[in-house]
Amino acid sequence: MSAIHGLMAEIGGPEALVAAVRRARAAGYRRIDAYSPFPVEGLAEAIGFAGSRIPLATLVGGIAGGSGGFFLQWYSAVVSYPVNVGGRPLDSWPEFIPVTFETTVLFAAVTAVVAMLAGNGLPRLRHPIFEAPHFDHATRNRFFLCILADDERFEAASVRRFLEEIEPIRVVEVPACE
Amino acid sequence: MAELLSPRWGYASITDKISDIVLRRPVHWIWGLGFAVAGALSVAFFGLMGWLFLAGVGIWGVNIPAAWGFAIGNFVWWIGIGHAGTFISAFLLLLRQKWRNSINRFAEAMTLFAAGIAGLWPILHLGRPWFAYWLAPYPDVMNVWPQWRSPLVWDIFAISTYLLVSLLFWYVGLIPDLATLRDRAQSRAKRVAYGLFALGWRGEARHWARFETAYLLLAGLAAPLVISVHSVVSLDFAIGNTPGYHSTIFPPYFVAGALFSGFAMVLVLAIPMRKFFRLEEFITLRHLDNAAKIMLATELILAYGYLAEIFTGFYSGDRYEIAITVNRMVGPYAPVYWALIVLNIVLPQVLWFRRARRSIPVLFTLGILINVGMWMERFMIVVTGLAQDFLPSSWGLFIPTWVDWTMLAGSIGLFALLFLLFLRGLPAISIFEMREIAAEEKA
Repeated sequence: MSAIHGLMAEIGGPEALVAAVRRARAAGYRRIDAYSPFPVEGLAEAIGFAGSRIPLATLVGGIAGGSGGFFLQWYSAVVSYPVNVGGRPLDSWPEFIPVTFETTVLFAAVTAVVAMLAGNGLPRLRHPIFEAPHFDHATRNRFFLCILADDERFEAASVRRFLEEIEPIRVVEVPACE
Repeated sequence: MAELLSPRWGYASITDKISDIVLRRPVHWIWGLGFAVAGALSVAFFGLMGWLFLAGVGIWGVNIPAAWGFAIGNFVWWIGIGHAGTFISAFLLLLRQKWRNSINRFAEAMTLFAAGIAGLWPILHLGRPWFAYWLAPYPDVMNVWPQWRSPLVWDIFAISTYLLVSLLFWYVGLIPDLATLRDRAQSRAKRVAYGLFALGWRGEARHWARFETAYLLLAGLAAPLVISVHSVVSLDFAIGNTPGYHSTIFPPYFVAGALFSGFAMVLVLAIPMRKFFRLEEFITLRHLDNAAKIMLATELILAYGYLAEIFTGFYSGDRYEIAITVNRMVGPYAPVYWALIVLNIVLPQVLWFRRARRSIPVLFTLGILINVGMWMERFMIVVTGLAQDFLPSSWGLFIPTWVDWTMLAGSIGLFALLFLLFLRGLPAISIFEMREIAAEEKA
């Protein structure tokens, strides 16, 4: 087992995890992953997460859905198949609004979910972290801090010393996938 | 205010309690019995559906003039029930009502099943259901597009969007819990099954951040959608000029009625569920109390809707509107009218009292009675205006056949079947959101 994915500390609680992440950042580590069984407030900021573009993508999706839905109705009712009903206007836009609203919401929602999955790199069923001992508790009651081997300052002995200092439950080595 | 969760619950015990219902608890005979009954009703439902396709809608009691019968009433009823789930998940999330965390998951499942069953009815009602796809806009060789000015076409879009967005919302919320089930499953088959649907979720901090953003956006999008669905359904009626249909109060009145019946159904499902799976500490009396308060509020809006309907009926000065208003109270369907007034307006007044809101038998009985009452309301709206409209010579009553009744019962059976399967296959309470509550109670 030559290549390793990183070194990981198992931590007991959410506050301890946030504190540990702050210390790791202060110690100069940049390639850090933190795992928790529920969203922990302040953790993403502590880890240096800059914010996502999901809201922007959702807005774009909504605008595309709305204008596409409106165009579909306008094109079919005015251009492709105009029906003259007692001389009423073909482009009766107020009556196109309900469907336009629905397509707006539908496209925005689908875009939000797709953007979230794409940003997270999911689905990804195989990941080195799953091979780590005890990691199945990350979806139950345990919190994990992993310093990745591709960090510029990564050096196995010093990272292990650093992780031992934050008094974790245990520190384990995460092997890389072959 | 009592705390939401007793401090003796920690992350691990919450996880084990909820996931063990799915993974470790053996099948109980009561669940088996319910499954058998619901299964038999579902078989009857699908069997009669097959017969309907062969014989046509003549096996129902519908005829001219009352061409809309049980199918449309059932449709409105089911879609109404399907409102509470997304309301609880979306509105209460946006309003930071933390108590929603233990009831949103199963309420959303209820919404999906009810809305799905609702969507079946208009298709069954089409007469030639195999042409249902003509409602979809696609460039076909007949060169015909849907009529965009028709509320029936709006309905297709509203219902299918609602179903898809509710499904997305529910599934996204399930992903972290599916990962929990994956990690706690004992057999490889279960681990693979849950693992595939968990999409490899690992709970990384950045993932959670994006997850929360997307979840909040979905809530923001789903909230107006909840309002839009029953508004559009009500326009199916309100755009028509049939007396008793043509009323501007319909959209808000329908939405309030939908939330009212939806919360009643939440109680009908939650009360046996919390008892049977011993979830009383997660779904507490405070939750039931809050649901009852929302029911009372929506019931008052509904009562206003009833009054506004009567008022505008007379105020219009239109003899047909006046006739239908009086006819509902003293005509052939008067027993239905007075029964729904008692069930929907009079009896729920007990909810003003705290003791009633915290009494399990009262809430459960009321939940069932309200659903019966709301079904009657939809029947009254659909049928009375059609049966006796402008021309007395073309009046004709709608009398349901045994097929109508059996298919209604069958749809309830199918709903129960889906819900029972959900209880055994997926976590009925959101595990990660309960862990969040535990974390907050500790902090």
